[in-house]
Amino acid sequence: MISGVLVIFFVLAALAVFGAVSLILQSHPIHSALSLILVMVSLAGLYLLMGAEFIAAVQIIVYGGAVMVLFTFVIMLLNAGVEERTNFSKLATFGGVPLALALGGIIAAAIWRSSGHLPPPAASGAMSSTRELSMLLFSTFVYPFELTSFLILVAILGAIVLAQREN
Amino acid sequence: MPILENLWIIPLLPLLGSAINGLFGAKWSKAIVNSVALGSTGVSFLCAVEAVREFLSGGSQPFRKEFFDWIVAGSFRAGFDLQLDQLTVVMLLVVTGVGFLIHIYSTGYMAHEEGYYRFFSYLNLFMFFMLILVLAANYVLLFVGWEGVGLCSYLLIGLYFLKKSAADAGKKAFIVNRIGDFGFMLGMFLLFRSFGSLDFQTVFAKAATWQPEAMGQFGTMTVACLLLFVGATGKSAQLPLYVWLPDAMEGPTPVSALIHAATMVTAGVYMVARSHVLFTHAPTAMYVVAIVGCATAFFAATIGLVQSDIKKVLAYSTVSQLGYMFLACGVGAFGAGVFHLMTHAFFKALLFLSAGSVIHAMGGEQDMWNMGGLSKKIKVTFVCMLFGTIAIAGFPPFAAFFSKDSILFAAYNSENGGKVLYGVGLLAAVLTSFYMFRLIRLTFYGEKRYDEHKVHVHESPGNMTWPLMILAFLSLTGGWFAAPALWGGKDYFSEFLSPVFGSGESAGAESASLEHILSGVAVAAAFAGLIVALRMYGKTVKRGTSEGVHKLLYNKYYVDELYAAAIVRPLVWLSTNVLWKVVDAGMIDGAVNGVADGAAAVGDTVRHTQSGNTRSYAVWVVVGAIVVLGIVFWPILHPALFGGVR
Amino acid sequence: MVPTNYYVILSAILFGLGVLAFVFKRNIITIFMAIELMLNAVNLAFVAFSQALGKADGEVFVLFVILVAAAEAAVGLGIIILTARNRRSLNVENVNLLKL
Repeated sequence: MISGVLVIFFVLAALAVFGAVSLILQSHPIHSALSLILVMVSLAGLYLLMGAEFIAAVQIIVYGGAVMVLFTFVIMLLNAGVEERTNFSKLATFGGVPLALALGGIIAAAIWRSSGHLPPPAASGAMSSTRELSMLLFSTFVYPFELTSFLILVAILGAIVLAQREN
Repeated sequence: MPILENLWIIPLLPLLGSAINGLFGAKWSKAIVNSVALGSTGVSFLCAVEAVREFLSGGSQPFRKEFFDWIVAGSFRAGFDLQLDQLTVVMLLVVTGVGFLIHIYSTGYMAHEEGYYRFFSYLNLFMFFMLILVLAANYVLLFVGWEGVGLCSYLLIGLYFLKKSAADAGKKAFIVNRIGDFGFMLGMFLLFRSFGSLDFQTVFAKAATWQPEAMGQFGTMTVACLLLFVGATGKSAQLPLYVWLPDAMEGPTPVSALIHAATMVTAGVYMVARSHVLFTHAPTAMYVVAIVGCATAFFAATIGLVQSDIKKVLAYSTVSQLGYMFLACGVGAFGAGVFHLMTHAFFKALLFLSAGSVIHAMGGEQDMWNMGGLSKKIKVTFVCMLFGTIAIAGFPPFAAFFSKDSILFAAYNSENGGKVLYGVGLLAAVLTSFYMFRLIRLTFYGEKRYDEHKVHVHESPGNMTWPLMILAFLSLTGGWFAAPALWGGKDYFSEFLSPVFGSGESAGAESASLEHILSGVAVAAAFAGLIVALRMYGKTVKRGTSEGVHKLLYNKYYVDELYAAAIVRPLVWLSTNVLWKVVDAGMIDGAVNGVADGAAAVGDTVRHTQSGNTRSYAVWVVVGAIVVLGIVFWPILHPALFGGVR
Repeated sequence: MVPTNYYVILSAILFGLGVLAFVFKRNIITIFMAIELMLNAVNLAFVAFSQALGKADGEVFVLFVILVAAAEAAVGLGIIILTARNRRSLNVENVNLLKL
């Protein structure tokens, strides 16, 4: 029979899709931002469902708590209003949907084809506990880790320089 | 210095003379140009004499030396190889000797003409190529000389290139020659394919082992010989490629004498004589040669009967006499053909140079109807021309009597209608005698038909008359080598050439008397022509209207017009409408322009992607992603496209 | 248990929706959010595979993606602010100085 896990999965999946669709359909960017937050939270839930609790936590904290907040600040800073209905690109109008479907379709088909034999993700969090992750992070992936920290520093400086008012 | 070892000196000297005159002559005085041109030719003649002396003293062994490799491709080798045997001796002495005399003559004739240094440069260049042709020991080198003399002929005919008729005549000569050369080349290819080489030694040795082909059979040898003969018809102005020779009279008279009488046009005869081994193995080809020669001899003689330009008469006479030479080769009497070649060189050069002297005396007039009564005014020229005329008519003891006689005798004795060939040849002899004496009568006798106040008739200077006299002497004595055969002695000329051609017809006692009879008939024929000419062209002559047969002959049977309509016009039409408009402008230009237009069209289409519209760019990003992912995932995806789970 | 495929299909759907938003929306900030959506979809796939294969490398990668996305968001929004001040509009179709 349908297990509880599956039900929760579908609920969360539906929420995520609903959020994504809402992001497209809303006209005010702030509404789109809120939809995106919904998507991220659902995804965090899905991570938890899969047993990747650290990732779920990082998702909420970093994405939901920092990135989206930043988005919201910028929207309010720039006083973004309702989106204009300009339409200069015929190509985008007519070609957009088919192309998006094509892209998604290719990826889906490709991944479906090659992952049929994979076992379902385990719900146990043993493998992906914080301890395990950090072991990996500081041994095999220490070089990317250090680089990424450097990257964040550069990003911060860049953002400061870019957003200065002109003197 | 042994000349024989260094045979290349003989052609090289005129080449140097040509180069020096060509490069520097424009700035030099006539005297320096003269000394370069005459010096190179004269020394070349002396070297030729020395080479002959060495040859004879060395026991007359055929001499051949390879100087350097020119073409080496696989097993094929064509080198700069020169040879000397008895046939070459004859040709060599004729070319250098007569050539030198004509060079001397030209210093007088061309003294007041434009392009003096150019003339001598080309003339020397011609000598170079002709000597290469004569000395060559393989067909390829011969062909180099062949083509080269054709080139010089073009250059010299069109010496006065600002005159349209001269330029046209030069082009005509070159193009008609080219048609013949095409046949020659095909013949050479066939020979190479059959024998694997184009050296005379190799080819003739191999060909001698072949079975002679039957009459009427068109085997390899026959076809090759026929193709070579096509080349000879072009170069030696036989039917149907003779049309360039009368037009070639546009060139200065020494050119007509040297190239179109004594040397270049005889190259075809020389080539056929040299290839006698091949021809004797192909009776069909020889028969064709004989018929064409005979027909040309008669045909050209008929045209010469009514011409009014003194040089044109001599031109058609040359065509006719060349026909005799080919007739001789065609019936197997190669020695007789070469003999006639030599005597013809003497008397035809003499006739042309004398005509040039007359023209010079008349201040450029060439129409015989505007001359008359010149015999007293220009005595030396008159006597020399008379010598030449008597020679060509075939009166003994002048040279052509012996040569023409042996040809007609050989024709009479040949198989397959030799009597007919003899008859036509005899008829042509009658006509020859007639039109030559007609020329003498119109030019030198009768009352003068020119205005004495306008034309100041004067004898030519020494450098023109001395060569005339030397040639007149040779026209008289040149045949005496063969004279003893008349009274049962040896024909020294044929004997000299016998190592090359094999011993000819053995003259038994019975055929000796037949020969006497035929000689008598020939002389009678010459007399007949003389009498008729004297009768018709007496003291007062008037130029009549041209109608009927006369008109046909005067317009040369309209052959040029026929060629123009049947061959030239269609070709020009083809060139203009097909090759130019369709192939060149349409396809080739179209392809090139098409590429450019295509590139422009592609650019015109692709530029729409650069719209400046950001959202379009976003779409293009997605398109690119699809393409890349498609390529990457293709191995995974494509079983899916063909349905079903594998 | 939820089969891995389901997670993967969901990831693909979210990615496709992100592409749609990227192509159709006109506000530059919204487009940026679509990019974030696409990154999230990819993260989901990573985690799913990581769990399915039993190796934690995928999740480390997810960490990096999140980190880089954050940095990118910071810099990108800075640029957006500048552009918006300059062109006085947040409509991406007004950024068309290259148009003929």
